[in-house]
Amino acid sequence: MEITARSLWTMIHGMGFGALYLMACSGALVELHRRYGSPLRPAIEVSDERFLRIYLIAMSVLAWLTVLTGAYIIYPWYRAVPPAGGASLAAFPQRLLLSSPATSGWHYIGMEWKEHVAWIVPISITMAASVFVRHGRNLKSQPELRSAVLAFVWVSLLAAGIAGFFGAMINKNAPVEGGATLRLVAGATR
Amino acid sequence: MSPLHLTAYPKARNFPNGGGAAAILAAGIGAFLVAAFAILADKIAVIKSLMIFYKPTGPLSGVTTCAIAAWLLVWLVLHTFWRSRMVDMGRVRTAALVLLILGVLLTFPPIADVF
Repeated sequence: MEITARSLWTMIHGMGFGALYLMACSGALVELHRRYGSPLRPAIEVSDERFLRIYLIAMSVLAWLTVLTGAYIIYPWYRAVPPAGGASLAAFPQRLLLSSPATSGWHYIGMEWKEHVAWIVPISITMAASVFVRHGRNLKSQPELRSAVLAFVWVSLLAAGIAGFFGAMINKNAPVEGGATLRLVAGATR
Repeated sequence: MSPLHLTAYPKARNFPNGGGAAAILAAGIGAFLVAAFAILADKIAVIKSLMIFYKPTGPLSGVTTCAIAAWLLVWLVLHTFWRSRMVDMGRVRTAALVLLILGVLLTFPPIADVF
């Protein structure tokens, strides 16, 4: 059982940081709505407030790790240009997608949307974390501030979902492969 | 109201909302700038080449770096002016959400290609 270094990095970016962000975002939305949705709800404990602060900061770190690994580690492999002389396109995902009308849309719409909309995620969640760190429980008595933060977190979930969906589909149609091969488990022949 | 409730909301109503409002409006501006810089780099060849900060990543490196730098700068300026003030959060929220939604929509290639 083997995996290439580029494939491993793609998994770390998408299934590690990206998918974890999506799950964490769902949890944050539930928690923010449940505890901060109404001023009539019970008071928030100091320990709960501290937990949500740490949770949102961790989400910000995840979001930044996702976009930075995507843009500066994986994207250069994705958009690499093959050398002149008819090299196989298998190691050049963007060129492979563009070589067929059946797959070019995954680049023109999928990648071009994903590569930009994904950056709205760390901007939104960093803002949400900073507002929460600053206002904490006071958000409960400031409905307009609270609803704005919640809207940004919802949009960050949407943007991360768009980026995650297209990332998965692009990697399915033209996987980022290459680099050193890492052997995970020695296989047996039957 | 129990003592627990009294300790749970310290000075909540008097706490200035300016710091939060600055962060929210700056985030809306930042989201919009990601899309605006991406469109400019896509449509104007000179800007596209200027946006190549890191060659393997191409213009995306400059587009996102400029948007992030502008977002942080706007946040710093707004925070400096608003941090100890009560601002009209309704208007700030509306402006920020309009900018955020525009940012998402304008990064969608069929809409970006209209320009």
